[in-house]
Formats: sequence, C-alpha cells, structure tokens
Amino acid sequence: MAIFVDENTKVIVQGLTGGQGKYHGLRNRDYGTQVVAGVTPGKGGQDIDGIPIFNTVAEAVEATGATASFATVPPKFAPGAIMEAAEAGIGFIVCITEGIPAQDEAKVFNRLKRDFPGTRLLGPNCPGIISPGKCNIGITAGEIAQLPTADGPNVGIVSRSGTLTYQALYELKQRGIGVSTCVGIGGDPVPGTNFIDCLSEFQSDPETHAIMMLGEIGGSAEEEAAEYIAANVTKPMSAYIAGVTAPAGKKMGHAGAIVSGNKGTAQGKMDALAAAGVKVGLNPTEAGELMAEIVAAL
Amino acid sequence: MDLFEYQGKQYFARYDIPVSPGGPADTVDEAVKEAASAGYPVVVKAQVQVGGRGKAGGIKLADNEAEVREHAGNILGMDIKGHVVRRLWVEAASDIDEEYYVSFTLDRSEKKHLMMLSREGGVEIEVVAETNPEAIVKLHIDPVDGLSEAIARQACLDAQLPERAIEGATDILVKLYRCYDEGDCDLAEINPLILKPTGEVHALDAKVTLDDNAEFRHPEWDAFRGLTEMDEREKMAAEKNLQYIGLDGTVGIIANGAGLAMSTLDVVNQVGGSAANFLDIGGGANADVMAGALEVINFDENVKSIFINIFGGITRGEEVAKGIVEAMGRVDLKAPIVIRLDGTNAEEGRQILLDAGIPQDKLRSEPTMLDAARVAVELAN
Repeated sequence: MAIFVDENTKVIVQGLTGGQGKYHGLRNRDYGTQVVAGVTPGKGGQDIDGIPIFNTVAEAVEATGATASFATVPPKFAPGAIMEAAEAGIGFIVCITEGIPAQDEAKVFNRLKRDFPGTRLLGPNCPGIISPGKCNIGITAGEIAQLPTADGPNVGIVSRSGTLTYQALYELKQRGIGVSTCVGIGGDPVPGTNFIDCLSEFQSDPETHAIMMLGEIGGSAEEEAAEYIAANVTKPMSAYIAGVTAPAGKKMGHAGAIVSGNKGTAQGKMDALAAAGVKVGLNPTEAGELMAEIVAAL
Repeated sequence: MDLFEYQGKQYFARYDIPVSPGGPADTVDEAVKEAASAGYPVVVKAQVQVGGRGKAGGIKLADNEAEVREHAGNILGMDIKGHVVRRLWVEAASDIDEEYYVSFTLDRSEKKHLMMLSREGGVEIEVVAETNPEAIVKLHIDPVDGLSEAIARQACLDAQLPERAIEGATDILVKLYRCYDEGDCDLAEINPLILKPTGEVHALDAKVTLDDNAEFRHPEWDAFRGLTEMDEREKMAAEKNLQYIGLDGTVGIIANGAGLAMSTLDVVNQVGGSAANFLDIGGGANADVMAGALEVINFDENVKSIFINIFGGITRGEEVAKGIVEAMGRVDLKAPIVIRLDGTNAEEGRQILLDAGIPQDKLRSEPTMLDAARVAVELAN
C-alpha cells in the first residue's frame, strides 16, 4: 500500500502542452505513472508523445477514467484549473504552481471544502507526491527515492519544502531505507493538504512503519501537527524544522515561511514536536540519522 | 511588499476609505507647501516602516509655517530604530473623540480571513490582547462569502462602539475588507480608526502589506516601488530576479530551494558562523543564474567566504558543476567558495569541478552540508 496515490492512479496533466508540463508529465510517465491524458483548452485532438490531449478535464475523465490531476499552469490560471478538475470529479489534484495570490488560494480551499469535500488538493507550490515504484506526480526525481520492501520497515515522508524533501529521500536511500510515500505539501500559506492529513493517512497505512516530517518557519501547522501526533500517532517519527536563524518579518523564499513577531519560530515548532515524542534533528542529515536509528530498532 | 503609511492611505483612498487630506514631502519646502494645501493645524509624520515613531519624536503637530519648518527640518534625516527618515507625510490634524482598531489578515490555521476590531485603538493591539482581551472582537470570514454589511454592523455592536460611530465604522469595515480582498493585501490595518466630534469615522493611520504574488493584476502597485526599504544588495538581487534577503554575517550563501537555503543558514549558525544572506536560486542552477548570484554575493563587502549548497534532483550534478565553472570564469570573486554538491550525479559533478583546475584556495568541494559549513566558517573567521 501507499497513501493517496499508487499503481492504479490514472493521471491527467493540466498544461501538458506547455514546456514544464511536457517535461515533467513525460518524466512521470517514464517513471511508470499511468499518465492517461493531457488537458489544454483549444488543443483537443492533438497528442504529446502518444498521450491524447483534451479540451476540458470533463472530456478527459470521460474518455480515460482518470482519477488524479497534475496541474502545472501559470498562477493566473491555476485556481480555475483546480476548480475545473474538481467539477469533473477528479479526487486528487496536485498543483505545483508557485506564485498564486493568497486571496485566490483561500477562496479555492474554501470552495473545495464546501462544494467538493471528496476532492483533495495537494499544494500549490509543492513538488508533488511519489509512492516509489508505483506512481510519481510532480517534479520529484524518481531515481532518488528508495523502493519500499514488502515486509518493511518503510518510512513515510511529509514535507513543506521541495529540496528538503529530496534531501530526505536521499538520506534514506543512502541508508537503504525504503519509502512508502513521500508527500510535498508545499510552502504556501493555504496548502490544500496539511501535515495532519498526511500523518493520519500514514498512521493507518500498513506499509508505513515510521514517519519523517520536514517543516519550516511560519504559521502554526507544525504545532498543530504536534498536538495531533501526541494524541493519534503511534508510529515513531523524526523531524527537522528549517529556519532557526531566519530573521522575523521576512518571507524566506516561500510565501508561507515568515516569522511574525514571536510566532511561527523554528524553536517553538521543534519544542512542540519534541514534546510530542518526535526525535528532532538540528539539520536534515541529523533527522536522517535519527530515522536510521528508529528503523534499526523496529 | 510593506507600504509606508502615506502609500497605505493612498491605497485606502482608492477604496473610498476616508483619510485626512495631505501629501508626501521630501524637503522642508515641500512640507510647507503640503501644509498650506491641507490647512492648519497639520501633523508632520515621519515615513518609516517601524513602530514607535511618535515616541521617537517622528510625529509632530504644527500650527503654522514656522512650526512646520522646525519639525520637518528635525524629522527629515532622523534615525528611528535604524530607519532613516527620507520622506514625510503632512496632513490636516484631526479632532479626536475616540480611537479604535481594525485589521484584516489571513488566519492560516482556520484557512479563513480574520477581522479584529477593538474599541481600544491607538495602542499596540498585542498589548490590548494581553491586558484586556475581551475588548477585541475576532471574526472569521469565509473568503467565498466575504463580509456583508449586516455582519460588519453586528461586529461594531459587539465591540461596543458608541451608537453614533456604528454607521461610519460599519461602512469603513466593509470598504476595508474590499481593499484587503480585491486589493490583495496580506494585512490591512487601521490603528487608530478615529471618531471625530462631528460623528465622522476615519483612518488616521494605515498599515498595509501587499501580496507580491498578486502583482500581475495590480499595475497601480508600480507607484509604490522605489522607495521600499531595501538595502543595495537586495536591490541588485531584485534586478536579477533572485530570491535574496540581506543579513549581517560573513558567509555568503547560495542554495537551491527555499527550504535548503534556510537549512544552510541554520547549519552555518550551528557550527559557529553567521550567514551574510539568504539566497535561493531555485530548481535549475545554470551558469547565468549562478553568475548573477555570485555577483550579488561578491558585491557584499562583509562576505569572507561563500558556501554553495546544491542538491541535484532533476537538475543533475554535472549540469550544476558546469554552471559553477562557467560562472566563476565570468565573475572576479573576492572570497573563496566552498561547495557541497549532492544528489543525482553528484560524483560526476564533483569530478568536473576537480578537472576545471581551479586552485584549492578559490574553490573547495566538501562531501556533506556540515563539513562544507565548517570549512566555510573557518575561512570566514
């Protein structure tokens, strides 16, 4: 098993005819993901390397039975693309677009919650999701993800940052530790999927035996996750929080990575996670080492 | 982007939020001119993006031209908590009966907007939150529904504003929400929102943070650029479209990805050093981007060593290495580079760096993030 996506997931790419969409969409297919269609208004009937293009998501879903979408369209069009996918019945939408206005994100989140409670949005501004050996949606380099083993132990990864996600995958690969699913939830202020959503799935996934979590400054998602972990997560965890030295009031690259006054600091998040029983590393490598110790003891 | 008070008021005016008549002034003579057209008495206000202007002597009342000259002369060039005053805002003074507080911002936990309204304005809201929390009305607003007049009125009643202020305050709440929503603000705050003896309600101050991601639909924001408080390094980086934040340390940082860049700062700190900057060059690390990044770092006189921290994902190690070698050929660097290159095809990348024949005292490669940080910090100290 894995969480959210697996070998049965059928993916459409919204924006497959664009440069980024084509590059990553074809890479995802090469990895073994079932990329069944592309959607670009006005380009229906064409194909990209054998993948048929449709004008609308609804047409693509009807023709292919797609269950997931990979939305890689410019910020201006991303909210519309996400809503179109939801309206067409797509259950899992991965949006990697960076730079969507916060007001639009907040509206999309609340519209989905109200009108399409069965649809999950991952992102925006995220690297995507990979269930190694089964399905890769987004921009993660599949070759740095270690395949899970039938008997485990396997690790689930959830992260707010792209390169730190890769770093975590790499740390585990170098130690030969399998990964069940690696989810990048993204660095924006209103992520469609949060830490708790992923922790809850990992907790009930029989193929996941331990969980690695990578957070960063800004907001209180890590503190909320810590509360959830203390009450609900029995699987062992390691974590790392980026931004211990970040100055207050500055957006550190990600729109959501900002310390406001004394709120959202790395130290506060590390303390909260440690208090919930999570082993917290001071850098990504240390978090990897801690996970290796956890896995060795399983 | 944080706006100055006067820019915030100009932005409010676009959404019909009442503000005092006034104008910006960069010289004493301009201040006198603005005072005359606003009408005496006036208030001369330092334009800096830091709290506590009043206490520092940056806000003064003037009854006539001589007083405007005196105050404007004193305030221009004044240093308020490290911010030098380059511009004034001169506006008609207001008679004040009462002072309130109102703000809109995003509550990231609730994924909804949060309005805070208090009958105790003119002081920092954090102070009110501690000393008299029941004086603050907090209201979550679903972004899809927005803020209706009826709900805004109820909030004013809940905040126990006096009856004669209800209509005026309700109107401002609705307009300020529109400014926050359609105007793409991360924060829209009025403190104080004042009630005049005449019964009018209006904004005496403005604190606005705009969401940079929404710039594509706000051509009017161009007018706000330029005077933004950026240091020279940040200006240079902005011209090159680099995600850069200037800091005070001695180790220049270049990393790919915001998370990894933050992490790099942390590791440098952990081994006893301090970073000169935050710089995220994004996923791809080609020669052009790398050369631009090195130029900005090189411009910073505090930089004694440069730590390049790259994790190759889809961008493979050898492409990154080639980019660095080419960039080093284009920029005459003052400080030595320590590089940690890991991830996809890192071995091949390191080999390219070795083969380039760059002397060890100019470029060193280290196997891990921690090792590289240690060497970079040693070189800087």
